[in-house]
Amino acid sequence: MRVIKDKAVINDDWQLIRELDCSKPIPDGKVIIPFIDWQASRDELLKRDTEHAVWIDGDIETETLLGDLEHFSLIALDFPAFKDGRSYSHASLLRNRYNFKGDLRAIGDVLRDQLFFLQRCGISSYEVREDKDIEDALKSLDDFSVRYQAAADDAQPIYKQR
Amino acid sequence: MYKYDNYDQTIVNERVNQFRDQTERFLAGKLSEEEFRPLRLMNGLYVQRHAPMLRVAIPYGLLSSEQLRMLAHISRKYDKNYAHFSTRQNLQYNWPALESVPDILADLATVEMHAIQTSGNDIRNTTSDQFAGIAEDELEDPRPYCEIIRQWSTFHPEFSFLPRKFKIAVSGAKHDRAAVQVHDIGLYLVENDKGEIGFNVIVGGGLGRTPFIGPSIKPFLEKQDLLSYLEAILRVYNRYGRRDNMYKARIKILVNELGKEEFAKQVEEEWLHIKDGVMKLDQKEIDRVKAFFTSPEYDENAADDTSFAAAQESNKAFSNWVKRNLFPHKVAGYKAVVVSLKAPDIPPGDVTDVQMDHIADLAEQYSYSEIVVTHDQNLVLPNVKEADLFALWEKLAEQKLATPNIGLLTDIICCPGLDFCALANAGSIPIAKQINDKFDDLDYLHDIGDLKIKMSGCMNACGHHHVGHIGILGVDKKGVEFYQLTLGGSAENEASLGDRLGPGVAKEEVANVIGKLLDVYVEQRQEDEAFLETYRRVGIKPFKESVYASN
Repeated sequence: MRVIKDKAVINDDWQLIRELDCSKPIPDGKVIIPFIDWQASRDELLKRDTEHAVWIDGDIETETLLGDLEHFSLIALDFPAFKDGRSYSHASLLRNRYNFKGDLRAIGDVLRDQLFFLQRCGISSYEVREDKDIEDALKSLDDFSVRYQAAADDAQPIYKQR
Repeated sequence: MYKYDNYDQTIVNERVNQFRDQTERFLAGKLSEEEFRPLRLMNGLYVQRHAPMLRVAIPYGLLSSEQLRMLAHISRKYDKNYAHFSTRQNLQYNWPALESVPDILADLATVEMHAIQTSGNDIRNTTSDQFAGIAEDELEDPRPYCEIIRQWSTFHPEFSFLPRKFKIAVSGAKHDRAAVQVHDIGLYLVENDKGEIGFNVIVGGGLGRTPFIGPSIKPFLEKQDLLSYLEAILRVYNRYGRRDNMYKARIKILVNELGKEEFAKQVEEEWLHIKDGVMKLDQKEIDRVKAFFTSPEYDENAADDTSFAAAQESNKAFSNWVKRNLFPHKVAGYKAVVVSLKAPDIPPGDVTDVQMDHIADLAEQYSYSEIVVTHDQNLVLPNVKEADLFALWEKLAEQKLATPNIGLLTDIICCPGLDFCALANAGSIPIAKQINDKFDDLDYLHDIGDLKIKMSGCMNACGHHHVGHIGILGVDKKGVEFYQLTLGGSAENEASLGDRLGPGVAKEEVANVIGKLLDVYVEQRQEDEAFLETYRRVGIKPFKESVYASN
């Protein structure tokens, strides 16, 4: 996937599978599959010698993932529309409360002007919507140099520095 | 009042740059209309009937003279020499060009102002009591908490794409002048039995299509827990608030669907995770912000004045104004002055550039350079010496700012309506004019006394018609404007939603119908009973009979 990670545009070897083809086995390799499918084939998948990754959207409770977090090196959070803000809470919870240390990836309707908020909630990589200039989107990570409130990126509210 | 430090100023300056860039990208075609929409809304920019409308944030309604002069300057430079104060203590420009909005924001930033989160599905400007800091019935000044909430909510990373808009109000007085119970979150500063001050937390009030008086879910919240508890409420809302139907997306629907107990339980569970962490508010920070809201150095001899009483004796017009437009001050010899923006021939809440400059000068001369916007769309000069009132009144009158009608029938709350707003179904400003034309006898108005008329041009209820003593809702029936009246609403401590009077009335009949309602009131009232009290005692029946009997 072509994504923004560590403030650079990179190509990594993850492949996002939005919908699995039920008639075929789950592909090998670094695939990001729907969490529901991962759950259904959990035991079989865990036998594979590979990294695991899933994607979820706002319809799934963050807490559903808790028993399996240790298996994932990446969780992708879907934004079916940019105005659907539920995945911001997913990200905050996974980072702050459930201590997920792997890559948190924003997918879907991910546009430049959300990136600043996403990064603050602990998102660490971004698949920018295909028709948009991903290099251009990079710029927004630095939109603000001051942040008022505590969030997943830096733990302290600004008033502590005052 | 609060003064920006380097951090606050940096955020506002960087916002100007960001929005300039977003506007340029939109004008260059790199952002679609749909993509630009939420970005401009987060900055208070609407596309309206005639032109864009820009809403400027006035945190908890507090302005300095310098800021008001800048607002006047902007109306001259970029608009048509006037502006409009809204029911949420903000200010709106009705005619700015889209291209000039970044420059307007840059001008605002020079006086520590902005338009951040004045629209959009985010946490809006926190509103408060217009008499905060000077009211005799105040337990504690709510403004430091409003400012703390402002900072916490500004560009909140998790809560900038909520299901719907989110409004918070804080009151620290016994008498609720901030419509606390009809907000998404309403906070009353209260004292517990140990003598400690904290917050009674109300959630899920609101007007609009489905009005609710919000229930209390936490009767006493300690101050240090303010932000963690707000964060918990917002997180529950962000996760579970409805997103499938914009008319059911406000938190009031979630609270109502889950039930108050279940909602409170979910918030409590969430809160327990975060209450003792980084969200816990430092007393040091509360003290730091409080230090900005100190009282000015009042004149100890202010109460010795005798000229104020004498002027009332000798001047009937002045005495009429004194009766309606002053508010008691906690310091003897001082009054808060309400500057009426409800002159008979002017749309409620509108003010010209010349008037804004004039008020800014008078505030500087007589009230320590502070002005407060009220949610009734008037302005307050909070700290005026009684000895100065006569001179101030004369100067206000020079610019038609001394209409003696505060709290009276002609002190109408009104949305912009069909004349400006793209959502409206019916006009509201012409109805305000009709009411003013009919009820132009000052003695009659004073005799009728306290009466809140609130009017909205559509069911989105920007004019708060549900909580008007008389509410007026404009509707469109097959291309004809009709008006539905409600009676007995109130947004104060004993909050209630108005009862529907009956079928809508024709546009030209609205003022006449109000006349009939007032006749019933005059006939039925006992002693000093105000309209709302009479209504609550006698019920809707006599009013209904009088209005619909002859038809």
